[in-house]
Formats: sequence, structure tokens, C-alpha cells
Amino acid sequence: MAGSDHLTADRGVPAFLGRPGPTAFHRLNPLTKATLATVTAVAAVVLGGLLGPIGLVVAAIIVPAGVARVLRRLMRTALLLALPIGVSAFLINLFFFPGGEQVLVRIGPITATAEGLAFALEILVRILAISGAVTLFYLTTRPADLVLDLERRGVSPRIAFVANASVQTVPAMVDRAAQITSAQRARGLDTEGSVWRRLRGVVPIVGPVIMGSIAEVEERTMALEARGFTRPGRRTLLWAPSDTVAEAVTRWGLVLALLAVIVVRLTGIWR
Amino acid sequence: MTLTLTGVGYRYAGARRPALLDIDLELPDGVVVGLAGASEAGKTTLCLVASGLAPRTVGGQIRGRITLDGEEVDAWPMHRLSQRIGIGFQNPATQLSQVASTVFEEVAFGPMNLAIERDEVVTRTWEALTTLRIDGLAERDPQRLSGGQQQLVAMAGLLAMRPAHLVLDEPTAQLDPAGTRLVADAIDRLARDGASILVAEQKTDLLAAVASSVIVLAEGRVVLQGATAQVLADPRLPELGVPERSAVRLERAASAAGVGRDRLAGALHD
Repeated sequence: MAGSDHLTADRGVPAFLGRPGPTAFHRLNPLTKATLATVTAVAAVVLGGLLGPIGLVVAAIIVPAGVARVLRRLMRTALLLALPIGVSAFLINLFFFPGGEQVLVRIGPITATAEGLAFALEILVRILAISGAVTLFYLTTRPADLVLDLERRGVSPRIAFVANASVQTVPAMVDRAAQITSAQRARGLDTEGSVWRRLRGVVPIVGPVIMGSIAEVEERTMALEARGFTRPGRRTLLWAPSDTVAEAVTRWGLVLALLAVIVVRLTGIWR
Repeated sequence: MTLTLTGVGYRYAGARRPALLDIDLELPDGVVVGLAGASEAGKTTLCLVASGLAPRTVGGQIRGRITLDGEEVDAWPMHRLSQRIGIGFQNPATQLSQVASTVFEEVAFGPMNLAIERDEVVTRTWEALTTLRIDGLAERDPQRLSGGQQQLVAMAGLLAMRPAHLVLDEPTAQLDPAGTRLVADAIDRLARDGASILVAEQKTDLLAAVASSVIVLAEGRVVLQGATAQVLADPRLPELGVPERSAVRLERAASAAGVGRDRLAGALHD
């Protein structure tokens, strides 16, 4: 056990709570970063063509990631996140774009057209923008910090808890899956080799992971009840992320800019 | 302050047979009552009923009376009851809130829910961590601790709520001897501070160290009840699924080997 020689119990609010992040971007209020991520993702979809979304990716994702010194991790994570859906969307649009006339390549019955390629690139950039925006947020913000900030702003503790617990449950389930995989392999389960073998190995792992999580729900609920979680009203917060007027103005500015882009696109002023 | 159960019976929803029958139990201030019995004897169910979680959260049917200082608690909501009665379970992983990034925030979770003033939450949290000598873990991620450490963190979370009554369902199930001693010390200290504690345990050595009286359950009924020394010396314990104290087992082994009690005591003393 990690004990201590201190016998005096109260040492005030520990300094590690709300310790400021390593870079200026980390230190932004979580809601500011969440707003930036949301606005970037939505704007990437709303903006047409290629140049707009690419400019957005550079300005709202790559530059901030450089400032936050997470550019390499961001590229790797965002690409991994976007890869499955990005590749399939790219290929489908490249080969099955309706009405394409400029044929680039023909493979049996399917044809890649220049129009399909242009549209596929647009889709790919949008997917990368969404994935990059989300990744940048998670690489620079602890989910618990955002939840604390929302709670301070009046969001119900229950909603905040559900949002936070949902995010925190993912690594817990990954750990559980790793433990069950090890246990099943120790009992002879083959999880390597051909795709068919791997697929067969999934069932004895996924089953216990899901059933185990469901079985724990009742005890978790009881533990929360016993810790006063169902008490109505606000709860005490030990700390909350700092916020400034400048950041509040920036957030509203981002939201207004997004609304302006939507209006411009819907009214056809800019195509 | 006294928690009293009078003629309490309980049946889980959908079950044909009751899990508890005619339980009479009194937990006055500063008293530790041990609860023993074989698996499925009703220990956990009695812990749930005494804490108020059954039937409020678990469902099922209850009869008999449960009072706190003479006041019936039937109509109390769980969050009100949780300020007076704390409960700890044997699986530490399910007791953690899963939303705290540090052990400190995890332990503070209960008092924060009760909207206790911030400075008081901090004081209670440090105190609970120090009592269990896990203040060195305060900055750690609770999800990354060992099972034993998580159990101590869960226990600290209970202590921080400062309930007058504490119900512990096998709190040392995942602890090593050193961790078990810390929990025993904490129980002892809490009792001296005036808390009443019901502790369900299979470790009879722990019960012998902390409890002033012990109840043994079998099939949901109380079959043995009395002073700790008297109950734990009862020859029927093995057939009731309760392990005997290690001292009793050692004496029997020594006797079987032809070693007398005096010689054994001398050897242990040396």
C-alpha cells in the first residue's frame, strides 16, 4: 500500500486537481475546445468543395494540434479512426458515382470517373476533418474536465454523470476484454491465424465482456445509491476549469460563424 | 443512535422462498456485530436490507420493522438513508464511480453528492485516506489500482460520508493480510468514534479482532447469536459453513499431533 507518514488529515484541496495543461491549447476551457471541435466538424460538412474543408482542417485542427504539440499523435489517431469509413466511402464514391462521364479507369463492370474522384475526395476530407476535430479534443481534454465545467454551468449532475461514465467505460471494457482474452487463450482459445479463426475466437470473448458488464449494473447502481447519487439538486464541486471573457466571446464567435456559413450555403450565396 | 431490525423477513422479486426470516438485530453506537454463514446463507441479503438498498433499489418484498433511533425508515428515500447508513460491497470495481480521474475525487464523490460544503468535503476526504493509509494514492487513477487498493479506496469513500452506521459485506475479500489489518484498524477506530458496524466476513480471525458479538446465519435464519468468543468457539461452526479461527484449528492440529496446550503456547511464545 502506498502509505504516508503524514498523520495530519486535512491538507486542503490537492494541487493536482485541475492542474493546468502543458500548453496554451490544453489550458483552454473544455467547453471552448468542445465548441471548436463541434463547429469544425459541422462546418466541414456544410462547406462545399475541397478548398474550404482543407483550409478548415489546417486552421482549426493542424495549427492547434501543433500548438498543443500533439500533431503526430493526432495524425495517427485521426487516420486510424477515419480509415474504415473513409476508405469505404472513398471507394464507393469513386467507382459508383452516378452520372460520371470522364472515365479514369475501368475494372470489369465498374468504372472510376473524374467526377467520382472529385466527390470521393470531398467526402474523404470531410471524414478526416470530423475525425481530426474529435481527436484533437480528446487528446487535449480530459472528459471529466468537460463534465465538471458543464455541471458548473448548471447541467444536471445525472446527465453529466451519464456522459462522463459513457466515455470512461470504454477503457474499462477494453481492459476487461484484454483480461478475458488472456484467460480464454490460457484455456486453449485460438485467437490468431486466419480470419475465420479470429472470428471464431471473438464469440467467447465478446459474450463474457458484455454479460459481465450487464451483471455488474445492479451492484454499480446500488453503490451509487448508497453514495447519495440520487439526492436531488446540485452537488458540491471541488474545482472547475477556468474560463475567461475572451474565451466566452470566442465560443459565441465560432457559433455565429458556423450559423453564417450554414445560412450562406442554404441561401446559395456561395456555391 | 441505534439501527434496529425487528422480525425482518425478505424475499427477492420472483423468488418462491424468502431469503431472510425473522431477523432481530440491534446495532447501537460503537458496537461491531459480525455476520457469518455459508454461501447463500443470507449474509449479503441482510446487508442489503440493513442498509436500506433492499427493497428500495433491489426490489422484492420486506416485512417486519426497521428503525433508526426509534423512527421507522420505510418511507425514507435512499439518498436520505445513505447519510446515516453506509454500505460497502465485496467487489471493489463496482463500487467505484467510474467518473473520478483521481483517488481523491473518488473518495470525495459521496460527500460531494450530499452537497456538503467544499472545505468539509476536502477535510473528510483527507481524513478517510489517512485513516486507511492510502493518502499516497490520492493522485492515482482509481481504475489503475490493484483490487486490494481499490477495496481500500471504496472503503475510504464510505468513511468520507461519515455514516453513523456502516454495513460491510466481506470488505477484506480481496485484501492481503496487511490490507485486512488496515480495514480492521479502520473498523476499530470507527467503532471507538461511535459508529455502529455490521460486518459480514468469512475471516473469523478478523471477526474475533473487531466484533463484540457475532450472528451466524443459515438458510436466512439466525442459528447462532452471542458474544464473539462464545459464538466463534461453537463446535457447530464447520457444519454451518463457517471456518473456525486459526487459533482453534492450530490447537486441534497440535492436539492431534499429541502436542499439549501448554507446550503449544510455549512454542508460540518463543
